[in-house]
Amino acid sequence: MKKIKYSEITPEKIYNNRRSFIKSISIGAGSIAMTSLPFTGDALSEEKNKNTSYKDITTYNNYYEFGTSKSDPYINSQNFKTKPWTISIEGEIENPINISMEEISEMFVSEERIYRLRCVEGWSMVIPWMGFSLSKLLSKVTLTSKAKYVEFESVYDPDQMKGQRYPVLNWPYKEGLRIDEALHPLTTVVTGLYNKKLPNQNGAPLRIFVPWKYGFKSAKAIVKIKLVEKMPTSSWMWASPREYGFYSNVNPNVNHPRWSQATERIIGNDIFAPRVKTLMFNGYEEEVASLYTGMDLKKFF
Amino acid sequence: MKRFLKPSVFILSLFPFLIITYKIFFNQLGPEPVKEITHHTGEWTLIFIILTLAMTPFKKITKLNVWISLRRMLGLFVFFYATIHMLTYVVIDYRLDLQSISKDIFTKRFIFVGFAAWLLLTPLALTSSKKAMMLLKDKWKKIHRLIYIIAILGVVHFIWLVKKDLTEPLIYMAIILILLLFRFKFKKV
Repeated sequence: MKKIKYSEITPEKIYNNRRSFIKSISIGAGSIAMTSLPFTGDALSEEKNKNTSYKDITTYNNYYEFGTSKSDPYINSQNFKTKPWTISIEGEIENPINISMEEISEMFVSEERIYRLRCVEGWSMVIPWMGFSLSKLLSKVTLTSKAKYVEFESVYDPDQMKGQRYPVLNWPYKEGLRIDEALHPLTTVVTGLYNKKLPNQNGAPLRIFVPWKYGFKSAKAIVKIKLVEKMPTSSWMWASPREYGFYSNVNPNVNHPRWSQATERIIGNDIFAPRVKTLMFNGYEEEVASLYTGMDLKKFF
Repeated sequence: MKRFLKPSVFILSLFPFLIITYKIFFNQLGPEPVKEITHHTGEWTLIFIILTLAMTPFKKITKLNVWISLRRMLGLFVFFYATIHMLTYVVIDYRLDLQSISKDIFTKRFIFVGFAAWLLLTPLALTSSKKAMMLLKDKWKKIHRLIYIIAILGVVHFIWLVKKDLTEPLIYMAIILILLLFRFKFKKV
């Protein structure tokens, strides 16, 4: 079984490398943020930066709307309807808009963006997403001076989402970013992965991905993007403010009461593979550290 | 019939271990195998705690002594699974990185109670023989009542590690509390 899995990954990886090579020629300097992965320079880096298999990415998910077990989202989301789908952009903007998925795919070109996903539970994956910077989407609206934060709201549909029939979290799922975080080029609107349409269990039809924050910050199946003046309370902050802060930047120096944040396990590795050290800002320190200059990240965790 | 009871229970009790071993060798543990091993062995530790604690009430209810003859073996299986559970964490997951492990023990309360529970199990396993029983006389019973505390610590360990959905650990908690309640009742009668 192990061997089949490996041979499945390799061609995909060669394919991806070829794609990003072609892209880097055609897009050139504008694509710095497209494929940037941490863990470079040491002997194990290639192993650590290998794309996680499509199977693991799409069958091992935290998506409580479809159930709390990792295998639930794949099982319970197959009949989830993502058409029609409209996203409302509202709040502190001059021109609130409703934008359909069709319009989004017409207006924005999704490019491949290979990023590491670090879950707060102490595991990580490398995922070849398809998407574009959130800043591009937000450029379609005019922010007012009160637009200090962005709140993301996921869909609420207990008829289709089994997990929402129980008060596991404060539904609908909410997440948020500070406006400068939201406008950072690494903050991605995701529409697909592995060059395929985004699977339901991964947050179809549209989700956010913020590579330097723990996975739960990246809300799935988004229906509303609201610009607000005050820091929004995310669903996980609501559930346990002691454990989950607003920022939730990947930070090996800030302890979590349950999981080690100093190290992580790479998904898909066998039992003999060691844990690897978790990097500050999930390895994107160079790109994002300046957002937090002068902030005590132990306090603003 | 009675002759085959103990060997059969012994073999049955080994089944979870054999299944986990099979899954390791045939790569059936999914994307996060170490977590799976830890989870399975932890779960079976709690199940064997429940089985061990159930023997005395079963004896009282059915008025059959046969249950008591199984108690020691089941208790040793608690130690067996708890030890594999602990070693998975120490050896496979953290590769004997004692600095990280000791930091975890003192900063993460669920690891602290889990480790404490395992430590408390050790004297029970060491004094499980008939010889120890005779040597320790009255003290033996007192020492072995530690299992009540261990059971609570074990289930608290589970409650504290769960992220959000507490259903499973609370079921274990309920069963363990019922079994402990039996002891109060019968002591008073």
